[in-house]
Amino acid sequence: MAEAAIPAAVPTGSSSAARLLRAVARQRELSLVVVMVALGAFVFTQAPQLLSASNLTQVTAHASIIAVAAVGEAIVILTRNVDLSIEAMIGLVAFAVADILATKTVGAPVAILLGVALGLVLGLINGVLVAVLRVPAIIATLGTLSAYRGFTLLLAGGKQITLTQLPAGYTDWARGTVVFLPLFVLIALVVVTVAAIVLRQTTIGRQVYALGSNPEAAEILGIRTRLITISTFAVCGLLAGVAGVMWGMEFGTINATAATGVTLQVIAAVVVGGVNINGGSGTVVGAGIGALFLAFIQNALILLKLSQFWLQAIYGLVILIAVVIDGALLRAVQRSRARGRRP
Amino acid sequence: MSRARRFLGWEALLAVVLIALIAIGITVSPVFLSGRNFTNLTAAVIEVSIMALPMALIIIAGEIDLSVESMAGLSCAVVGVLWQAGVPIQVAIPIVLVIGAGGGLLNGVLVTSFGLPSLVVTLGTLALFRGLALVVLGSQGVAGFPDWFTSFGFGTVPGTPIPWPLLIFAALAIALGTVLHTMWPGRRLFAIGKNASAARYSGVGVARTKLVLFAFNGVIAALAGVILTARFASSRADIGQGLTLTVITIVLLGGVNIFGGRGTIPGVVLAAATLAVLGNVLRLTNVSAEIQSIAVGVLLIVSVVIPNLAHQVSARMGRGPEAGRGSAATAGAGGTAIP
Repeated sequence: MAEAAIPAAVPTGSSSAARLLRAVARQRELSLVVVMVALGAFVFTQAPQLLSASNLTQVTAHASIIAVAAVGEAIVILTRNVDLSIEAMIGLVAFAVADILATKTVGAPVAILLGVALGLVLGLINGVLVAVLRVPAIIATLGTLSAYRGFTLLLAGGKQITLTQLPAGYTDWARGTVVFLPLFVLIALVVVTVAAIVLRQTTIGRQVYALGSNPEAAEILGIRTRLITISTFAVCGLLAGVAGVMWGMEFGTINATAATGVTLQVIAAVVVGGVNINGGSGTVVGAGIGALFLAFIQNALILLKLSQFWLQAIYGLVILIAVVIDGALLRAVQRSRARGRRP
Repeated sequence: MSRARRFLGWEALLAVVLIALIAIGITVSPVFLSGRNFTNLTAAVIEVSIMALPMALIIIAGEIDLSVESMAGLSCAVVGVLWQAGVPIQVAIPIVLVIGAGGGLLNGVLVTSFGLPSLVVTLGTLALFRGLALVVLGSQGVAGFPDWFTSFGFGTVPGTPIPWPLLIFAALAIALGTVLHTMWPGRRLFAIGKNASAARYSGVGVARTKLVLFAFNGVIAALAGVILTARFASSRADIGQGLTLTVITIVLLGGVNIFGGRGTIPGVVLAAATLAVLGNVLRLTNVSAEIQSIAVGVLLIVSVVIPNLAHQVSARMGRGPEAGRGSAATAGAGGTAIP
């Protein structure tokens, strides 16, 4: 659509403006940080408690959970797929881990490992549906969203696991720190860093981008597209498992509807972070920053004493604004490149 | 020709499943054939079935609209707020239909003028419309609607077990089926869904057609919101949450191709009936709601896996005219571009 719409007479902007545009497009994550700092400065003048230790801990804890899930989602979206079932995977893992812990048969480390493994299995199921059975990702994961949530409801049978049923001190980890960093932030940083390095430096990482940019070309080049697709969904499930475990620690009391609506937050984080929804471009660092940005917006609403009812609408607006800006940037860059090539 | 036969095949399969389900229903429960059960059975799926009809057109045109459940919720909330403010229902209904058109136009403009993927745009408006519903109504509920309005929701045509909204569904199905399958706008839709650029170069107003489709989808979603309000006799901001999944399930189960270009209205109607009877039979046999949720999800996936496998088998036997038409090949054609 974009390429056909390029008008013949492009307004001749200065080359420095074009360079700036390209720089903004390339440093999409950086521009988000700039916007966040600017908004943060404004909020700080209105509500200085923004930067208080307790507020920062609270904001970053939730942002870290979303960031871990967003990294998984970003990897799937990079391959031109989407995983709508992520909230159901988070919810199922969060409940299953709490359920296992409540039986007091195994210790916390085993329960956590089982939870992450469960996430991996759920992700593998999505991957097999998409890559082997050739179900379009949007349908496959819309289906598993419903199925996984139904399974959670079945498992729970109306009951909830309360804080008192969990091992003593289990939920303290959500507030724990390693040296100076909160544990959750550390987990998110490790996940983002590892994913970023793998995507950037390894063959399979580059193949993820190749697949998303041009699936047909990727196939012709001999990239094992099925294997990559299954792997990306499996990683997404694994990270949803990690996020599910974190969710359980954060909230303590868990019922079968845990994490309902989180898919929207996760995809919003990915899109706001500059990952192209049509695959092939964007970074997991961006997705992580996107998660932080959304958590910051939510926190700012509370601090500025604006109605929480606005939150959902603002999420929607943020997604729309981000995709409109990205679309405009993309077209501008294409235009300036096309002009550059002209003799 | 072979395509027509394949569709007949899919619809015939649906019809067989439907008849089998009805037979099971008759065997497991003596009340299955009662008029009262028919009313319950249709009422449970009427809003999603109504929303599935225009959604089928959107998906045939190669787009998708995830925001319908939120538009229904927004419409429900606005009806409540207006009624609370003393506006008569007769005036409130046209107002929310206009809001539906406006919301649909917003989707359409973002998709056609800005060239954005409808999946993300409508994911954004899914949040936006729900957010607006929360903003206008908050966490309160509005009740005390006039009798004529609520009886439109759960009352039946006098002397029959037919709920009023079923008439709306039937009229809409006949109108859209006629337009889609016998008139030029319908042929345009299939052309757009098969190959949007080819359609554009052939002089089809692709953007304009999609704009109209999204606006119409918004209007029908708002109408579904009105019906939900009448049926529940109350207005809340969270009404309709999760319905999009069922709407899309009905459309795809009806044989509409997710990448556009293929599908029929009779198929969608059959799918809606199948889902209605399935839900009813499960309920009559006291199967829990959780299993139903799993069943809907599995059904959605199976409805795609079976034709895919059949396609692969026929392609391997060397008869499929579109053999080798893999996910990659269709990805570029569909506006959703999510293979």
